[in-house]
Amino acid sequence: MAANTTPAQQGRRDGPPILEMRGITKRFPGVVALDGVSFDVRAGEVHALVGENGAGKSTLMKILSGAYTPDEGTLLFEGEPISFSHPWEAQQKGISIIYQEFNLLPYRTVAENIFLGREPVRRGLLDYGKLYQDTAELLARLGVDQWIRPDTLVKDLSVARQQLVEIAKALSFSSKVLVMDEPTAALTDREVELLMELVRRLRDEGLGIVYISHRFKEIFAIADRITVLKDGRKVGTVDAADVTPDDLIRMMIGRPLETFYPEYARPEEIGEPVLEVVGGGNDVLDDIHLTVRAGEIVGVAGLQGSGRTELLRAIFGVQPFTRGIVRLRGHEVRIRSPLDAVRLRIGFLTENRKEEGLALLQPVRDNVLLVHRALRALLAQANGGPSVAELASRVDLRAAGLDQEVQYLSGGNQQKVVLAKWLAVDADVLLFSDPTRGIDVNAKAAIHRLIRSLARGGKAILLASSELPEIIGMSDRIVVMWDGRIHGELPAGAAEAEIMALATGQRRGATGQRGGRPA
Amino acid sequence: MSDGHPTRVQEAIRGTAGGRWREVLRRLPPIFVVLLAICVWISFLNPRFATVPGIMSFLMRAAPAAILAAGQLFVIVSGGFDLSVGSLITLVVLGSSMLIGGDPANTWWVIAVMFLIGIAVGVFNGAVTSWLRVPSFITTLGMLVTLKGFALLWTGGAPRGFLPNNFRVFGRSRVTGIPGLEQVPYAVIILVVTAVAAGYLLHRTGWGKQLIALGDNPRAARLSGVPTARVRIGAFIASSTSAVIAGILLGGFSGVSTNVGDGQELSAISATVLGGAKLLGGRGTMAGAVAGALTLQALFTLLNLLGWPKPLRDGLQGLIIIAAVAYTAWREQRR
Amino acid sequence: MSRPLIHRKPGRLALPPTFLFLAGAFAAAWLLVSLFGRGQFLSAANITNIFIRSVALGIVAVGQSFTILGGSIDLSVAHLISVTAVMSSFIMQGDSANIARAVAVVVAIGLGVGLLNGLIITKLRVNALIATLGTGLFMQGLLSTSFQNFAGAVAPEFEVFAYGTWGPVPIPVAVLLVVAALGVLVMHRTRFGAYLYAVGGNREVARLSGLRTDRVLIGAHVIASLSAVLTGLFIAARLGAGAPWVGQDGVYDLESIAAVVVGGTALAGGRGGVLGTLAGVLIFSIMDAMFNQLGTGAFLKQVFRGLIIIAAVASYSFRSKEEVS
Repeated sequence: MAANTTPAQQGRRDGPPILEMRGITKRFPGVVALDGVSFDVRAGEVHALVGENGAGKSTLMKILSGAYTPDEGTLLFEGEPISFSHPWEAQQKGISIIYQEFNLLPYRTVAENIFLGREPVRRGLLDYGKLYQDTAELLARLGVDQWIRPDTLVKDLSVARQQLVEIAKALSFSSKVLVMDEPTAALTDREVELLMELVRRLRDEGLGIVYISHRFKEIFAIADRITVLKDGRKVGTVDAADVTPDDLIRMMIGRPLETFYPEYARPEEIGEPVLEVVGGGNDVLDDIHLTVRAGEIVGVAGLQGSGRTELLRAIFGVQPFTRGIVRLRGHEVRIRSPLDAVRLRIGFLTENRKEEGLALLQPVRDNVLLVHRALRALLAQANGGPSVAELASRVDLRAAGLDQEVQYLSGGNQQKVVLAKWLAVDADVLLFSDPTRGIDVNAKAAIHRLIRSLARGGKAILLASSELPEIIGMSDRIVVMWDGRIHGELPAGAAEAEIMALATGQRRGATGQRGGRPA
Repeated sequence: MSDGHPTRVQEAIRGTAGGRWREVLRRLPPIFVVLLAICVWISFLNPRFATVPGIMSFLMRAAPAAILAAGQLFVIVSGGFDLSVGSLITLVVLGSSMLIGGDPANTWWVIAVMFLIGIAVGVFNGAVTSWLRVPSFITTLGMLVTLKGFALLWTGGAPRGFLPNNFRVFGRSRVTGIPGLEQVPYAVIILVVTAVAAGYLLHRTGWGKQLIALGDNPRAARLSGVPTARVRIGAFIASSTSAVIAGILLGGFSGVSTNVGDGQELSAISATVLGGAKLLGGRGTMAGAVAGALTLQALFTLLNLLGWPKPLRDGLQGLIIIAAVAYTAWREQRR
Repeated sequence: MSRPLIHRKPGRLALPPTFLFLAGAFAAAWLLVSLFGRGQFLSAANITNIFIRSVALGIVAVGQSFTILGGSIDLSVAHLISVTAVMSSFIMQGDSANIARAVAVVVAIGLGVGLLNGLIITKLRVNALIATLGTGLFMQGLLSTSFQNFAGAVAPEFEVFAYGTWGPVPIPVAVLLVVAALGVLVMHRTRFGAYLYAVGGNREVARLSGLRTDRVLIGAHVIASLSAVLTGLFIAARLGAGAPWVGQDGVYDLESIAAVVVGGTALAGGRGGVLGTLAGVLIFSIMDAMFNQLGTGAFLKQVFRGLIIIAAVASYSFRSKEEVS
């Protein structure tokens, strides 16, 4: 699927690159993050950067933006060699990067955020009149002035609008190169459409855009060229028109998808219903009817904002259901806090283990036993209960010892610690949210095998994920969330297209009107 | 972040038994070395210090501060502060004197009342912090002001009455007839018992581990089912209780006065930090905290022997604390 | 199709909820005194008195606003106040010819202390609580060793700082208002102020935007120290001489922090402002005046003071969903 181009744009796209990275190598203690990678961006193109987590995408971009310096290799900007010692320099030069976690101050206004460090000054004092004027003009140029006012506090904006503020900020530097890291991770589908429009428009104005994403639909909708990284090396750079998604996958991992995942559950392996939600709802969810049986993995698909993560959080009592009934093994239960859920033997592995899953300064041992201790009497002995060594072995944990602080473990091993934590209390309903996010390929496969073996052992598993291949590969049944509801259900092995259709709010086979203002 | 040494877990465990001791030694807070060095220096200047009676006297004087630091550690490790303990000490001393009214028969129930007050203050501090989401710095700051005001209100601003002997015995008297050691001050016994109990509670119970996890990552703790409010309230109760004990000892040792508790909270916090605790929570050892308090007291003793005037001794405390924390921060960076 | 460029007037001064409390405190005081107290609450003398009471704490609290806004804190102000009071009166020795020199010396000391605090925090990476506690204790130690009582005397001309009037307005109040106005100006209308909000809001974001976060924090601490120096001078003028315990007597460290947070500045930094702090100080003064006129003792006042601090901050924070420690 080719991106729209005019002949003039075509001409520009074949021109010399604005930005070139040649032979970039970057080493960290124990690992070579990038090995001789070359990458370039042309004016007026969208260049997608694709690769598994750990392939080196973010390292490459951090070098580009000035956050890291390469050990070997050169950077050329408009033909001139350059080097940066601080992200600020890169920004001044015209290279802006928009991270997944926004760099915004929530209690300051849009204008104050955009021009932070460059506020207009008159006679020694801040010139607020000019500040708001400049901001309004900038927003108008972007075409978003209808939705964002310069004097709104950033914390009062939705995620999508905050991202627009980030883009406006980048533009205010007269950026020539814009790097966007997973820009649609937190957007609803309508907002994604709008962002695509914006990106196209910026490209047509001559910007070079690096688009990092794992969402093939978007990549093929918008990219002119695609570069694939794998294990720190460049596999290749291709024109988007010349490849299919399968080609890309093969480049990324070197194997076609099917051999990756463990087998689905056979019908006789699936038992009685363990978790039932009937008519569940709260502020963001509505009309949830869901059943998970023993031995079954139910996948929950949906774009960000669809309620996918909120569903798990509701079941676990973080943002509890305010309507409807939840049953556990046939008995009605009320889950109003994580402690309630834990007492009912429900476990929750969040999508952000560092922020919500682990006490990073504490040793492996204390992390694994945390839930176990939470369930026992407060003054009970610390070291009673399950054998940490045995649990660690069960999840194939690789660490220097059970007393090693968890902060020093790799992402995959950290996630295994979290899993061991729930196995320690024999949770029999397990909620997973993006369980393999930020984890290298091998550890990913290991965790998938673990999850399937847990299901085989009789556990009921709900697996929410932003990665469609993971949903398709792991789920015995797939529910698709949209707009806070379960929009549809699909059997195992459903096609990406079918899931996407439901996830974007359509009925199967229907084409709807899309577009409109961001939420 | 790499794996470090990617050994299989079984191998790691075999090494763990011996490796654990090595870990403990490596993790031992450097404060112990400092404490030892200061004590050695004192002994040069005053050889009596290195004798059993000398050590006993030192520990007797240091006991209140050490007990207070032990209690404060619970709160520090959970990521909070308890600034109210100094005023609570003052309240205990003044209030006991008022309630006992010179009649030794009242001592026991008054002590019981003081513990109840302490627990109530702890519950209040913990509850307001947990449920009203007021930072503990502010909550306990407010209590610092209120409790002091209450104590002064009660006594009309001047120390009234006196504390009878059976109250003061804990702070200033000794137990006789123990084989081997001629006399052991009550205060020292109380110190040892309290320190051991506190150490056990923090490092050997599920509650203590949950408290540390709470300080390290409150969200992760909550999502692991930790009853954060209860756990945190417990920490404040521990701190307040230690203040009551310290108050009883101080009242016994120094008698009734209106500023007995002034500044004690900041000393306690300093002691925990000297012992290696991290001010935002997640790290700290009971042994370190007690050693930190003893080190401060030893430092005062040393400076006293060297002829430094009292205010200057206090002043040096400031420098030492900065140096200790700077050193810890530097060590963290090198990890 | 774009709407016309709408924005609020530049330099908007959003009113924090603390002003509601201020109004409430005033109303409560007036009501209670009318019902139970002696004299009128609403008299000119009384109002003036409330403002005069607010001067000492108010000046140093304005400075403390800067450190807390930046995510830091300053526990050395009380001790610096003592040092300033003693040194200024000691150098003056009652002679007006020495005023300039005395002021210059204490200002220099203030600059030095502020710089020192800032450097220890930013370069040695010592926690602000510990760093300023340490420098404060050290300063006090040096001071109390050298001086055990009132030292020297303030020049009679200097006492006008505490007792003079400019027409109907007492000079100390005028000074407080000027300091507050300057504080508002610097915090809300200069680049430094904008940077301070950024550093306090999210230091990493500030850093990535090219801000020199270390310098900003050092600046905040210098401001706090200079405000402490000014308060020290005021106290010396009021007492006629400085004594080494005046700072601690007034508990200016913890009280200034209390005034700042009651005034709506978050302890973690990033939001709040000088006007709120001023309101906080006024709330304390109104409560004090009220208790005085109700005939309750000084100590009951203190009991309520602590509870008010907790209640005010609780009203700002109880709706928050985050875990707080």
